[in-house]
Amino acid sequence: MTSVFSPPGFNFSNQSRNDFIAEKGIPMPKATSTGTTIVGCLFADGIVLGADTRATEGDIVADKNCEKIHYITESIRCCGAGTAADTEFTTALISSNMELHALSTGRKPRVVTAMTMLKQMLFRHHGNIGAALVLGGVDATGPHLFTVAPHGSTDKLPYVTMGSGSLAAMAVFESSWKPNMSRDDALQLVKDAISAGIFNDLGSGSNVDACIITASHTEMLRNVEMPNQRVEKERQYRFARGTTAWKSEEIRKLVVSEEVILLAGGDEMDTT
Amino acid sequence: MDRIDYQQLRSGEVNLGTSIMAVQFKDGVVIGADSRTTTGSYIANRVTDKLTHIHDRVYCCRSGSAADTQAVADIVHYNLQIFSQTNGSPPPVHTAASLFQNICYANKDALSAGIIVAGWDKEVGPSVYNIPLGGGLFRQPWAIGGSGSTYVYGYCDATYQEGWGRDETVNFVKNTLALAMSRDGSSGGVIRMCVITEAGVERLFVPGNELPKFWQGTEVLSLPKEKAATLEPQVVPMAVE
Repeated sequence: MTSVFSPPGFNFSNQSRNDFIAEKGIPMPKATSTGTTIVGCLFADGIVLGADTRATEGDIVADKNCEKIHYITESIRCCGAGTAADTEFTTALISSNMELHALSTGRKPRVVTAMTMLKQMLFRHHGNIGAALVLGGVDATGPHLFTVAPHGSTDKLPYVTMGSGSLAAMAVFESSWKPNMSRDDALQLVKDAISAGIFNDLGSGSNVDACIITASHTEMLRNVEMPNQRVEKERQYRFARGTTAWKSEEIRKLVVSEEVILLAGGDEMDTT
Repeated sequence: MDRIDYQQLRSGEVNLGTSIMAVQFKDGVVIGADSRTTTGSYIANRVTDKLTHIHDRVYCCRSGSAADTQAVADIVHYNLQIFSQTNGSPPPVHTAASLFQNICYANKDALSAGIIVAGWDKEVGPSVYNIPLGGGLFRQPWAIGGSGSTYVYGYCDATYQEGWGRDETVNFVKNTLALAMSRDGSSGGVIRMCVITEAGVERLFVPGNELPKFWQGTEVLSLPKEKAATLEPQVVPMAVE
C-alpha cells in the first residue's frame, strides 16, 4: 500500500516532468510578457502610479499600446509586470474578491487587504504565476504603496519601480523624489521615470499611462505622454502617372455575361 | 501518493542576503538587522525592515527568502493572535519559537528561512531562540544569522560578556552589524534595532552614513622609508568600545 501522507499545499510534481520534457527538446510554449517599466510614488495627498504600454513576445512587440494599470477597486489600482496573462488574471481575481469583501463587510476595503490576498496567492503557487506587481491606493488609513514579487514577498516604500525598466526608473526616483510633493510634481516625476524606462530599456516602449489616486477621487490618465507617435513621412514612394512606358494595350472584359436558353419546357412546380 | 520533491534554487527569488542579530541582557533583548534586500545583484529595497512584529513582546529577525520568511511570520503572527485570545495572556517567547520551528521543520525541503526569535515574557524574562535552515531550535544568549554573520562569529565570541546593561548591548549589536555589513556584499544600508523589555519595544535607527567606523585602510603602503618618514601618519586608530 502506498503512503497516504500528502504534504500541504499544491502538488508541483508536474513541474519536474515539464522541466524534464523541456530538457529533451520540447520547450514550453512562449508567453506574452510585459517586459515593462511600472512605477508608483507617494505624494502629499495620495499615490501616482505609472506604466509604459509595450507588450513583448520574445523580441517581437506584441502590442504597442496595452494597458498595464489594472483596476482593483475604485481607490486601489495595480500595475503589472511579468507574464501578461498572469498579471491580468491575478488582478482580475483579486479585484473580484475585493468587491465581495466590500459587500460582505460593508466597508471600503483596504490596500493591505489586496496586498495580503495577492501575496498569499502568489506564495501558494511557488512563483509559477509570473506576476510582479506595484499596488497602490488610498483607504481609511491613508495612502499605501507596495511591490509584490512573483514568489509572494512584499515591500512597502514611498517610491517603487518594477519590471525590466525598473533600474532606469529607480535612477530617476532616487535622484529627484522628495517627501510631500505636489500632485503636478509627482505626476511629472512618474512621467520622467516611465520615459526613462521607455527610452533606455528594450523591453519597454510606446506611451506613458498614469493613474492619480487621492482620498476623494481616482483619475486614470491613459496615454498622458505619447513620445513615439508615427510622424508624417517626409518622402513618399508613390510614382507619378506615366512613369512606366508600354508598347501595347489590351483591355479584357472581366465580367462575363451569360444568357441561359431553355431547351425544353422546364419542370414546373406542381401547384395543384 | 509519493511526490517528486520539487526544490530548485528558484531563479529571480527575492533574497534577504542578510546580517541579523539578537542578544539578551538583564532586562530584555536587543535585536538588530541590516536593511538590504536583493534580487541577484540588484538591491530591491535598501531600507527593508527585517525586524518583524510577531506579538506585543515577541519579534523575529528574518534571513533567507523574503517570500518564505514573510509567509511564515504571517502564519505565526496569526496563530499567536488566536493563542493570546484563547488564553487571555500574551504568549511566551518559547511558544512563538516552537511555532516557527514546527513550520520550518515540516516544510524544510520547500523553505529557505533562517529566523531568530527574540522577546520578553513573564515566565522566563528575556530570551533568544535561533532557528537555522534545517528547522532546529536553539536557545542562546546571543545569536547571529544571515550571510553576513559568518564574518563576525570571532568578533562576537571575543566581545560578548554576561551581565551587560541595555546601552552596552545596543553598542555590541550596532558594532557587530556594522562589521558584518562592511565585509558582506549582500548586507548593507542602515542598521535597524529594537530593544524589547517588559516596559515596551523601543525602535532604534542608525543611518548608513553614521555607522560605527573601524579599520578604513587609509594607510599609504610601499613607500621608501625616508619618504614615509616625511609624511604625516595617516593611520586611523581602531574604535574600541
